[in-house]
Amino acid sequence: MELLSGADMLIRSLQDEGIEYIYGYPGGAALHIYDALFRQDKVKHILVRHEQAAVHMADGYARATGKPGTVLVTSGPGATNTITGIATAFMDSIPMVVLCGQVASTLIGEDAFQETDMMGVSRPVVKHNLSVRHPEEIPEIIRKAYYIAATGRPGPVVVDIPKDMTTPNERYEYAYPKKVKLRSYNPAIRGHAGQIKKAVDMMLAAKRPVIYAGGGVILGKASDQLTELVRMLGYPITNTIMGIGCYPASDKQHLGWLGMHGTYEANMAMHHSDLILCVGARFDDRVTNATEKFCPGARIIHIDIDPASISKTVDADVPIVGPVDAVLKEMLALVKEAKEKPDADAIASWWKQIDEWRAFHGMRYETSPDVIKPQEVIEMLCRLTNGEAFVTSDVGQHQMFAAQYYKFDKPNRWINSGGLGTMGFGLPAAMGVKLTHPDDEVLCITGEGSIQMNIQELSTCKQYNLPVKIINLNNQALGMVKQWQDMNYESRHAESYMESLPDFIKLAEAYGHKGVRIEKKEDLETKLKEVLAMKDDLVFVDIYVDRFEHVYPMQVARGSMKDMWLSKTERV
Amino acid sequence: MRRIISVLLENEPGALSRVVGLFSQRNYNIETLTVAPTEDETLSRLTVTTTGSDKVIEQITKQLNKLIEVVKLVDLTEGAHIERELMLVKLKATGSQRAEIKRTVDIFRGQIVDVTSSVYTVQLAGDSDKLDGFIQAVGTSGVLEVVRSGVSGIARGEKVLSL
Ligand SMILES: Cc1ncc(C[n+]2csc(CCOP(=O)(O)OP(=O)(O)O)c2C)c(N)n1
Ligand SMILES: [Mg+2]
Repeated sequence: MELLSGADMLIRSLQDEGIEYIYGYPGGAALHIYDALFRQDKVKHILVRHEQAAVHMADGYARATGKPGTVLVTSGPGATNTITGIATAFMDSIPMVVLCGQVASTLIGEDAFQETDMMGVSRPVVKHNLSVRHPEEIPEIIRKAYYIAATGRPGPVVVDIPKDMTTPNERYEYAYPKKVKLRSYNPAIRGHAGQIKKAVDMMLAAKRPVIYAGGGVILGKASDQLTELVRMLGYPITNTIMGIGCYPASDKQHLGWLGMHGTYEANMAMHHSDLILCVGARFDDRVTNATEKFCPGARIIHIDIDPASISKTVDADVPIVGPVDAVLKEMLALVKEAKEKPDADAIASWWKQIDEWRAFHGMRYETSPDVIKPQEVIEMLCRLTNGEAFVTSDVGQHQMFAAQYYKFDKPNRWINSGGLGTMGFGLPAAMGVKLTHPDDEVLCITGEGSIQMNIQELSTCKQYNLPVKIINLNNQALGMVKQWQDMNYESRHAESYMESLPDFIKLAEAYGHKGVRIEKKEDLETKLKEVLAMKDDLVFVDIYVDRFEHVYPMQVARGSMKDMWLSKTERV
Repeated sequence: MRRIISVLLENEPGALSRVVGLFSQRNYNIETLTVAPTEDETLSRLTVTTTGSDKVIEQITKQLNKLIEVVKLVDLTEGAHIERELMLVKLKATGSQRAEIKRTVDIFRGQIVDVTSSVYTVQLAGDSDKLDGFIQAVGTSGVLEVVRSGVSGIARGEKVLSL
């Protein structure tokens, strides 16, 4: 057997795990590891400019590829800088492993230089964390970390590595474990057959059914099964903002997404349904509005890999714990062989009702002859990229517009911080996508507030040649905050206005990129086309959009699913 | 409703803090918490008493189960069970009080385990209500110090919580 130092074992373990990229930033406690990285060329390291960005980059990679991302940072400030990124991944169940240097085990607890209790600090925002206590354990810990991160309901795993675990001249026998077994961790591999049968019977008997799908379908790689089932049944489907792309948005059966800024027809259909089949979603408060008023006439079937997501906020009538792909496959088989068929008359009149709702609102917005509307920018981008781009977003109005007006037909292409709502996510996430999808169009749709939270990554983009397109919907305000202030605080705009914005064009140029400003509506299409033709350049597109626009529909606070504002003046 | 949840936990550093952290993080109550290694040195047994609606209790057990280091758990209050808590109490004991206290201790089947000229130290085991009952019986004015272990519990009959 080979003898390797702890640091070499760590890197070898990453190689044996099949890791292509790690995103990170060096420092004292991680230097043995960085030296081991230097002496090999299988695992590529991407040097970011802020550790938070490393985590979002790993996150973007994971969301686009379905594989766990990897981060490497030093102890203390390096580790604490990752927390927002880890919390972001945790809320959206994104698989990743964050390797953190730590002061030597002999110094832990002594307030040593750059010592932070990362196990303690990260505990509430990780799926699990592991600390290395003997260098020999490193291969097994790494194997466990990826196994836990990527199986069951995925999530981030932190590995804390004291510096003396990676000392160069202390060598140990290296073997990468083929299997991991944890007696206390056994995610379900299939759903309960009886429950699945019961669910299918209810689905076939339903008169006003809706399928409500979430990010779990994408994480569980079950889009194909879901699409087949929905088509076979002919029922309407809506999805959460995390589930965008799990079913083709351009399909007639798709109602758009639901919840606070969901479509009128999706929210109306949910409210009036008699049966909801929830697949890999979690009845989040941004979806349900007031839970006591939630869908009063609906019985609920809930499929989820995480039993704790079931009946957490809204009670399920038929809970099914299991991986969504396996459960949907069984459902498909049962629907195929069932003697009963969906009630054609009932379903037809249900569709008639839904089409009326659809016609009533249809995601309309007011256009203007001279002011650029953010919605039209997104619609145009969707058209110019054939709806095939990878789109990452930050958080705010621009995020909602991007999710509403870009039509995604495929999973893994809409990448946003849905659960934590982390401003600063968009650019590093786009970088993580672009790195592994160099030939695909990668758009980062952002706002002038959000982009400044990780703007330093323009430098990383230069170093690694990552020609993403940054679409800055510049409304010269923290627009989403301002919208809430307009609606709830009589337009008192406390600190939601951004004075002294930088010249983003010059800023992009200073980092060695291109910048394009669009202020006139008549320039929009030509300039966007020019930008998209600049394949090899990162282009910062600073688009001056309507400063007063609001996102609609918007559910009325503490109301039911069907209580919505449809514009500044219309409330239903 | 008050519940007694009994947990088999990997006996590893940090495992306990995960359990305790979960309760505060998700706004669950902890009334008592006891933990000690078992006959299998890789496992600890933890007993937590908590209160909450059925929905909250269901979430607590599910969230506990999700912790990687939780191997198994049972809500003892779902079936017949035995519940015990140990209490040590220092009581002011002078003059006529001494005989009075002794009688009360006998009624509650406790023991006086340490004596000075003015203080009795009493040891008492039982369910939490019994311990509360004792304190009430002797009267809080005479109580100098109370130490309670928190609840331990086990199912009645042949049911066991093991691997
Ligand atoms: C890190 C962080 N801080 C604060 C917020 C609260 N917040 C949500 S949206 C928003 C405004 C975002 O402004 P901008 O990026 O310009 O987007 P816009 O809404 O104007 O499109 C803020 C401050 C947040 N989501 N994330
Ligand atoms: Mg803005």
